[in-house]
Amino acid sequence: MRVRTSLPAAAIATLVSTLAVAPAQSAEIEFWHAMSNRLNELLDEQVAKFNASQDEHTVVATNKGNYSETLNAGIAAFRAGEQPAILQVFEVGTATMMNAAGAINPVYELMENTGADFDPSIYLEAVTGYYTTTDGEMLSLPYNSSTPVLYINNEALEEAGIDADLPTTWADVDAILTALKDAGHECPMTTAWQSWIHLENFSAYHNVPFATQANGFGGLDTELAFNGEAQIKHIDTMGAWAQDGKFSYSGRRNEGGSRFHSGECALFTESSAGYAGVKANAEFDFSIAALPYYDDVEGAPQNTIIGGASLWVMEGKSEDEYLAVAAFLNFLSTPDIQAQWHQDTGYLPITMEAYELTRREGFYDANPGTDIAIIQMTGKAPTDDSKGLRLGNFDQIRGIIDEELEAVWAGDKSAEEALGSAVERGNELLRRFERAAGN
Amino acid sequence: MAERVVFRSVWLPWLLVAPQLIITAVFFLWPATEAILQSTELPDPFGLSTQFVGWDNFDYLFGDRYYRASFLTTAIFSLSVTALSMSMALLLAVLADSVVRGSGVYRTLLIWPYAVAPAIAGVMWLFMFQPSIGLFPYWLKVLGYEWNHVLNPGEAMSLVVIASAWKQVSYNFLFFLAGMQAIPRSLLEAAAIDGASPWHRFRTIVLPLLSPTTFFLLVINVVYAFFETFGVIHTITAGGPGQSTMIMVYKVYADGFVGQDLGSSAAQSVVLMLIVGVLTVVQFRFIERRVHY
Amino acid sequence: MVRNNSLATVLTHVLLIIGIGIMCLPIWLTFVGSTVTRAEIVHPPLPLWPGDQFLTNYREALFGGRQAPVLQMLWNSAIMAFGIAVGKIAISLLSAFAIVYFRFPGRQLVFWTIFMTLMLPVEVRIVPTYEIAVNLKLLNTYAGLILPLIASATATFLFRQFFMTVPSELAEAARIDGAGPMRFFKDILLPLSRTNIAALFVILFIYGWNQYLWPLLITTDQDMNTIVMGIKRMIPSADDYGNWPVTMATAILAILPPALVVIFMQRLFVKGLIESEK
Repeated sequence: MRVRTSLPAAAIATLVSTLAVAPAQSAEIEFWHAMSNRLNELLDEQVAKFNASQDEHTVVATNKGNYSETLNAGIAAFRAGEQPAILQVFEVGTATMMNAAGAINPVYELMENTGADFDPSIYLEAVTGYYTTTDGEMLSLPYNSSTPVLYINNEALEEAGIDADLPTTWADVDAILTALKDAGHECPMTTAWQSWIHLENFSAYHNVPFATQANGFGGLDTELAFNGEAQIKHIDTMGAWAQDGKFSYSGRRNEGGSRFHSGECALFTESSAGYAGVKANAEFDFSIAALPYYDDVEGAPQNTIIGGASLWVMEGKSEDEYLAVAAFLNFLSTPDIQAQWHQDTGYLPITMEAYELTRREGFYDANPGTDIAIIQMTGKAPTDDSKGLRLGNFDQIRGIIDEELEAVWAGDKSAEEALGSAVERGNELLRRFERAAGN
Repeated sequence: MAERVVFRSVWLPWLLVAPQLIITAVFFLWPATEAILQSTELPDPFGLSTQFVGWDNFDYLFGDRYYRASFLTTAIFSLSVTALSMSMALLLAVLADSVVRGSGVYRTLLIWPYAVAPAIAGVMWLFMFQPSIGLFPYWLKVLGYEWNHVLNPGEAMSLVVIASAWKQVSYNFLFFLAGMQAIPRSLLEAAAIDGASPWHRFRTIVLPLLSPTTFFLLVINVVYAFFETFGVIHTITAGGPGQSTMIMVYKVYADGFVGQDLGSSAAQSVVLMLIVGVLTVVQFRFIERRVHY
Repeated sequence: MVRNNSLATVLTHVLLIIGIGIMCLPIWLTFVGSTVTRAEIVHPPLPLWPGDQFLTNYREALFGGRQAPVLQMLWNSAIMAFGIAVGKIAISLLSAFAIVYFRFPGRQLVFWTIFMTLMLPVEVRIVPTYEIAVNLKLLNTYAGLILPLIASATATFLFRQFFMTVPSELAEAARIDGAGPMRFFKDILLPLSRTNIAALFVILFIYGWNQYLWPLLITTDQDMNTIVMGIKRMIPSADDYGNWPVTMATAILAILPPALVVIFMQRLFVKGLIESEK
């Protein structure tokens, strides 16, 4: 591009002038993220702790809007030579980042080149696996990761005269929903992040492919496969629930949260990171159950996969800046910081030690259900179908899935039609991504 | 125009237009050219590699039934916003024009929504209609109607139309009011003496005399609905549910920025530029005519 | 207007008040939302009368938010809006003057070049515009917030319209008196355009204040953010549930300055708006 040709020169000029002025050894690095409100405050605390813990490096954290906006800002800035050193990217942007070889500095390479202490074995594989190569090399550092669980309003169940154990299968859930409905409950169940929970995680949990080529880990020529028997059955069931008034749709994101908080909805499938919101807002007794499954599907329950975001290191920074980045990433991986983050937010810890520390501190005993997510993720060694997803244009594909699922909830399409159509439309986007990336 | 030109200088006019020309060239012509070039390319998001694909982006675009559907969505949206905001404004203007006492107060209270940013207008209406916390869904439920615009395309469209039209009523109101105040009182009084009813007077005298204003507002409102409602859509529906509120400007953003498909987004920009061109010519010719009128 | 009886008058007032009620309801509810607790919002229905959390929420909005230094954002918005309004009016006055009062080679071309930009919003060409702005080192500067947004022909167009209604005799007389073009511009044209300038100022100030997407991209430094983008940022993203009362308080703060401009400059604004576009 005509504009871009002059960019490297400009970037180098800036770099040179910065280097000339800045005393060696100390570097200020930018960290762009998408954490808002309370999460932003917690993140700022971490950064402040890091900056206070040593005097060589300074991290400047900036919120750049929601996940999409942050990724856009990062990409636009890279094109202009103004990228931050660290960019928080949501999990669906993973393929986009991975395939931008000249734009990113993979974490394992960064650690190698800066000579920082780095022991990949301390990390929880179930969490980091999403962001590693097939050879097990870490590309980006998981920052906020969560997995879906089921929240239950115990009081609503009591009022409806339901005296049941925590449900483990969707059949158990169906019984509860029917009882709630019969007792006149208006919103027996709602969900957040429908595609992530009821298709992506559903597939991994039942050990069926979401896409071919090991869900995209194996190559760019992957094709969507989530219109299999198990997925159709589940979406069909939920569609029927929607028609019967047992499931009430709230929106594509976590809009259902306030309906659960207010007591309007009794069951709520949501990220484990929704814990802080439930705990702060719900004025009733609640339980957390593992995500339900179908016991007639072979291999279920396998393990669930994560959602959330990871930190990518951008290309084009100086050696000093990379030293600072390495120090910061290592700081984030320390047990104290991880345990604190995990307990404050409900996000998963990324190291085994942080998990152990949290348990030793008695957090799980004091807050029953908060370890469900981690148990559910690490119960079995991940298979090709349950390691995670690596699909290009995935944000748009999720949009398509959302659209098609909405048609099912509204009763306009059958599950089979909707999923078939989503696969077909999504494959077009995968092919377009393959074409743009594969040269 | 020619008879108006009275000063002669070779360099002065150039000096006078220079600031605007420079700004226009740097921030308009250059980027617009870039957009046209990008529409023939398939770049990766980071701009690391780019391939020339000719018309492929356009083929892809027009092969996409959702893109074709966005034309219809845009048309429905624009016409509804225009019709709703103009009729509401006309009604209010007729009422405000007919009162003697307090018309200044009414006017003040009616024009200030003009100051609200589209993005903020979106936040306000979302706050009122959010299915879980909004006041209106609560009232509607009491009346036995389940409001859920995140699932129901018709309700989603209604909501973005209402929010967009609301913001534009003030502007239309001012123009209608001014237009009515310019109508000679004697004309109306004469008609009244002849025994014409208020409705008859409105239909046969006021409305025809307002027609230039109405046409002008029509163009302005369509342009507003096309482009400036981005913030409303972005905050309320983000184009959903399905793609039922995906208007063209929003799709440029959604595909380019959320989807990182810069080639397709650039091609959509080019299509929009063509549409804008046509609208500009329409507006320009019309205003040009009115000046001599 | 012709009035038949007092009943009709009363009815008219009642209808007007209902209309105003509908128009003001969103703003009223936003205000109410900014004075209650989070719990009151999460558990509908929202009360119709303000709660007692006014001070708490506004203090939080103004001084509490880590990610949203509201005072700084208000200041940035003011500079941006002011810069856009003044800049656009200045360059438009000059170019409209050149186009209407001079005949020079390339005049038609200049005219069309400028008017091509009449309606193309910045959203449509935003990626290349961003790259250019960064090349010119405009990232995180007020110039970067302002300059690309004054590349539009609306104001030039309106001044051209207005200048064409100014009687030719005035210019003719000035020329006969031996006054140069700039003298004519300064002494005659500018004073005549006062109302139009004021009206455009209001319109452009609001236009500048209400920008959203461009400031989001061009400012990477928190201290350069504007208030409208700050609000959008408060709408919860990711796994966060947000704080509606503080968001609503910030919304009210963001509406206030342009609303005050509209209300206090109402007379000039209305007069200029109608006249300039007529």
